[in-house]
Amino acid sequence: MAETLAIIFVKCGAILVGLLTGFAYMTWVERKVVARIQVRYGPNRVGPFGLMQPVADGLKLLFKEDIMPAQADRLTYILAPAISLIAALMAFAVITIGPAVNLFGREVTLNLADVNVGVLYVLAMASMGVYGIILGGWSTNNKYSFLGGLRSAAQVISYELSLGLSLVGVLLLTGSLRPLDIVQAQGGYWLGFIPRWFIFLQPVGAALFMICAVADVNRAPFDLPEADTELVAGYHTDYSSIKFALFFMAEYINMITMSALTVTLFFGGWQGPLLPPALWFSLKVLVFLFCFVWLRATLPRLRYDRLMGLGWKVLLPLALANVFVTALAVVLKEMYF
Amino acid sequence: MLERFFQNVLVALPKGLYTTLKHSWRKPVTVQYPEEKLTLPARARWRHYLRRWDNGLERCIGCALCAAACPADAIYVEAGENTEGARFSPGERYGKVYEINMIRCIFCGFCQEACPTEAIVLGKVYEFVSYGRDGFIYTKDMLLEPPPDDSRRGQG
Repeated sequence: MAETLAIIFVKCGAILVGLLTGFAYMTWVERKVVARIQVRYGPNRVGPFGLMQPVADGLKLLFKEDIMPAQADRLTYILAPAISLIAALMAFAVITIGPAVNLFGREVTLNLADVNVGVLYVLAMASMGVYGIILGGWSTNNKYSFLGGLRSAAQVISYELSLGLSLVGVLLLTGSLRPLDIVQAQGGYWLGFIPRWFIFLQPVGAALFMICAVADVNRAPFDLPEADTELVAGYHTDYSSIKFALFFMAEYINMITMSALTVTLFFGGWQGPLLPPALWFSLKVLVFLFCFVWLRATLPRLRYDRLMGLGWKVLLPLALANVFVTALAVVLKEMYF
Repeated sequence: MLERFFQNVLVALPKGLYTTLKHSWRKPVTVQYPEEKLTLPARARWRHYLRRWDNGLERCIGCALCAAACPADAIYVEAGENTEGARFSPGERYGKVYEINMIRCIFCGFCQEACPTEAIVLGKVYEFVSYGRDGFIYTKDMLLEPPPDDSRRGQG
């Protein structure tokens, strides 16, 4: 029992440290990549290649004065960023970064919890995070923050549907919601060299999933909740110091989780030749994190009605059609082969 | 709507992504300021200095025409009489006090146009740094160029 507890604590620590470092260096990567795309250098003053920039930023945020608006609803105001971050961190609990390994004579799974509805759990936690944003927007008593929070609610309702439906195809093919099973179902190769990733069986599903994932983590071009040009900074306008940092962390950690989920569902998870599984997984996640930044540097923000139109009139019908076709194929395969 | 979505995602999106990626290979245009500096145009007007004649005497005669011409009222001049014992400039009078407030100055160059002896000239040093407002009042000993035999000459 004690041993099991110890393992859980070690895993918790590893996830916490990993995600927070990941967040810190994600901000560096983002600034660097966006800078290069805009033909600038990006941070290059603090440490070699500006690598100590996240540390400097973190210290700055920690020591900044914490300002709270006089009209704010105190409890909710303080709770909101914490909800965001906790939901973001919890979502990662079921992400499996490799097959079970043998450590000191014990079978250790490379995830915190081996939940058999793992994928559903990640989606649930992603939706929980929205409470943080809405409450944050509402509790500050600021019209811009409030609008940001409302937009976030509307956006998540519109895109969560398509997000859920877009991965139903994968679930139909594997018959499981467990990340481990989904990855194992993608093992092996077709014709000896094409990996049996679900992106090839579910291209529409994968595309829809990635679009909805960007919308779900409120990243450009779907970053309406914090649209700087019209809402100052959206839901976190009146947040400063470490509370702002918590919102910031939540956004980046959600990005990491969504990338990890994309890799798990459509890109064969940790599977790959030569390199160890955890490394393969990290590399694939990095590719998608780069895509998030790349998209942000490329696309302008969508107008609000266009965002809604895209969600309801395009993505949802496409996702439904994808589910229908996949279900039909699965049934026909079972009947005739 | 659906048609436009496919057109956007399959054609426009890759095109845009390729364009941004292409730009990331270009050499950044940023000038890394303290290490790299842009070369100033030949007639750039920055920090003032007070010149001397070739024999080492000051050009400034304390006429205060520069102060009169200054649209920002940044120059303060107080004239003094030259005596046989203490001669600073060739004529009767010299600039005893000469101060320029660099926060007020707009670097228009009217002072150098107004000067009858070409004593005040705008140079190429543009780095004005100080911890307080007092540090931006440039006095005569800061502005006056060193005498001809001084090794610091020609750095203004």
